[in-house]
Amino acid sequence: MSDIAVVDYVEVRPDEQQRSPWRVLLSTAWRQHRTKIGLGITLLLVGLALFGQLVTPYPPDQGVEGKLPFAPPSGDAWLGTDNLGRDVLSRFLAGGLSVLVLSGLATALGMVLGVSVGLVAAYSRGKLDDVLMRSMDVLLSLPQIVFALVLAATVGPALWLLVIAVGVTTMPRAARVTRGAAVEVVERDFVRAAEANGVPRRRILLSEVLPNISSPLIVETTLRMSFNVAVVAGLSFLGFGLQPPAADWGLMINENQNGLTLQPWPVLLPVIAIALLTIGTSLVGDGIARAAIGIERGRTGGE
Amino acid sequence: MTTPSPALEVVDLRVEVDYGAHEDIVDEITFGVAGGEVLGLVGESGSGKTTVGLAILGHTRRGARIARGEVRIEGRDILTLPTLERQRLRGRLVSYVPQDPASALNPAIRIGTQLDETLSEHGFGSSSEERRERILEALSEVLLAADDVFLRRYPHQLSGGQQQRVALAMAFANRPRVIVLDEPTTGLDVTTQAHVLETVRDLCEAHGVAAVYVSHDLAVVATLASRVAVMYGGRLAEVGPTGTLFRQAGHPYTRRLVEAIPELSGTHALVGIPGTAPRPGHRPTGCFFAPRCSYVEEACREAQPALETVAANHDVRCRRHAVVLRDAAVARRSATPVPEIDVEDALVSVNGIDASYGARQVLFEIEFAVRPRECLALVGESGSGKTTLARCVAGLHDAYTGAISYRGLPLAPGSRARSEDTRREIQYVFQSPYNSLNPRKTVGQIIGQPLSLFFAAGGADGRRRALEALDRVQLSSTCLNRYPHQLSGGERQRVAIARALVAEPQLLVCDEVTSALDVSVQAAIVDVLAELQRELDIGLLFVTHNLALIRTIAQEVAVMSDGRIVERGEVDTVLDAPRADYTKRLLANTPSLEAALAASS
Repeated sequence: MSDIAVVDYVEVRPDEQQRSPWRVLLSTAWRQHRTKIGLGITLLLVGLALFGQLVTPYPPDQGVEGKLPFAPPSGDAWLGTDNLGRDVLSRFLAGGLSVLVLSGLATALGMVLGVSVGLVAAYSRGKLDDVLMRSMDVLLSLPQIVFALVLAATVGPALWLLVIAVGVTTMPRAARVTRGAAVEVVERDFVRAAEANGVPRRRILLSEVLPNISSPLIVETTLRMSFNVAVVAGLSFLGFGLQPPAADWGLMINENQNGLTLQPWPVLLPVIAIALLTIGTSLVGDGIARAAIGIERGRTGGE
Repeated sequence: MTTPSPALEVVDLRVEVDYGAHEDIVDEITFGVAGGEVLGLVGESGSGKTTVGLAILGHTRRGARIARGEVRIEGRDILTLPTLERQRLRGRLVSYVPQDPASALNPAIRIGTQLDETLSEHGFGSSSEERRERILEALSEVLLAADDVFLRRYPHQLSGGQQQRVALAMAFANRPRVIVLDEPTTGLDVTTQAHVLETVRDLCEAHGVAAVYVSHDLAVVATLASRVAVMYGGRLAEVGPTGTLFRQAGHPYTRRLVEAIPELSGTHALVGIPGTAPRPGHRPTGCFFAPRCSYVEEACREAQPALETVAANHDVRCRRHAVVLRDAAVARRSATPVPEIDVEDALVSVNGIDASYGARQVLFEIEFAVRPRECLALVGESGSGKTTLARCVAGLHDAYTGAISYRGLPLAPGSRARSEDTRREIQYVFQSPYNSLNPRKTVGQIIGQPLSLFFAAGGADGRRRALEALDRVQLSSTCLNRYPHQLSGGERQRVAIARALVAEPQLLVCDEVTSALDVSVQAAIVDVLAELQRELDIGLLFVTHNLALIRTIAQEVAVMSDGRIVERGEVDTVLDAPRADYTKRLLANTPSLEAALAASS
């Protein structure tokens, strides 16, 4: 979440200072175990979601012949079957893509909208700033799930709607972080210098301000991503994502919750995967955040 | 005691970086300070002077540690004490006055409470009455109002000078034996600075406190300190009595430093020191100063010289000190006369400007003109409105009434309302090069922006123009691919000037462009600007608080106070025969090396 307080940071090594800002950030972040572990977990799950469907032992949306629903793990269905007698492993391998793609699109949409609003607000100040940020606050006051439910209830369940709903609710948080970081940058003299030369406003925002708030934005993106994975899975669980018989982690949890005591795998597996994906992206974000603060302290640390 | 042992003795101190390679930040630091004596610790940024200052308190910044040595306060080595005990000594036996008083005071606690805490923390006095008495005494010692009204104030209700005095009162409150002052007057006006310096000297003398005054400002140190230690590259380059050091230095570096100090009388040219001070891990073998030294010979590059005693109380770390000492007293090259300007139509004229920030008016009826090729110095203390005025001219502050005209044509208030040509021809160089260059862009991209904006010059043509500008400010072409954080402060300011130059300006507005830089770098930057003015026929509006600088660069001067111009005229006339009381006061309070040396001998 955006309001995680980062209490600690990593020091930047002086030999790293001599590189470009991006490389300093990445190499400082990479020196921490949390970043390595987080990136490992994230890549593992992303790989699983992207390529898992290519190696499913059975068609994920059809029952396994000769198997009853909630059959326990066995030699021909390693993780047993689900409520309709379909292979759990196959459904798990095929069900990650939708969660990943939907939450990725929603995060991208939310970040683009939020960063634009935040930049304009920070640079304009005055009335426009107030109007923009207060309307973000209104959006922020709506719980993400409830907002999506209301949208889905009025328009009907559709995947694009889910992306928009989650994206729009991601926007105010991104806007706040962007504005908070950009307010300081727009006051700095290199922005004044560009203004004095008459550089167009949009170019000032994109080429002077944006690169200087990239670290908090990268952190925010990873945190929003991990949050949105959970929200998207939650919405699929509630039936607003992919529709049966498609394979989807959220859907799997919903369909198989009644058989939890008989056959825990079709519920446990997607739950673990979603949790790991969330933890992985958060760890990466945390690692970058600590590196960014370390760099900031190093720069301002006197002679 | 017949021979009083020094109140503070630092013996063979070494501070290292706290990771990987054991590179030293400072090493072989040995000096003593007697009670009542003020030792000036001077050097350029990166020389390690602050590191030594903190080490005297047994403290280091994060990422560094004290590797070796002793810090004896009244014979007791405080470095061997356990951490907790050492912490208890701070503020009682040894105290510290930081550069920025605002950061030393807690903004949420009343002055009286903070002073009381300082005392009770160290068990001073048995009752609150006794402590109160001491607080009032401490406040009157630093010439502050010692009454309840003052004690109930919060730090933000005080001026910068008052805050610094409170920090001084706090440091002296427990009657410490040793006090470390880390550039405590850097952020203050000359008038306030003069008062604070006097207070420091009087207090140290009256209470027999040994003081270490860390500063890069040699004129200030000469006024205050009886002995000076010059640091270079984390080593002591020279230690000796103030007069000797500044008149007849034995180390080439000290000589170059003295030559770089601007002087009110303007009788000498400012000479910068080429190159930059070596940082830890990038120091050459042999003498650290060798690459920048004019006395250098082959042997200097082979082994590091030791600190040798050349006279009583005078130590020099230079193989060739005999030769250096034999040379005439520090020869300050006389200044090249500032060129005369033919009377011509004004390039920029400012007529009756009133400007305000919100409801507060900061400029009143400002009138002046800058002629082509002329340099007008705009002098004033902080808060005088000089920066606002410069920003009005450059179109960065548009809340003003009155008229600014450029080549006879009226200028619109904001830069966006002005024509592209005027935006290009009036260029602005900002005070802090740490703030005016985008840290995410390379030098090439930074200089390239005005080029593509005004001339649509990219590719080979853009590169050629950029290199030309870099060459003008004496930077090499390798800078193009560097990022600002890879450059020193002086190099960054040169890049900022180059960015202004590529726009081919007619008027360069320079807002305190040297105030964030070391004296040796300041001299070089002023040199570059003067050359631009001579060779490219650029008019300069040179905003500064440093009166000593203006004779070397400006023809005309306007002195500002409280948003008004109180005196205006030719530089020589104003400096030699000031008419306004304010100018006289400013001149009297400006620290001067010459005056300090004259007074001491």
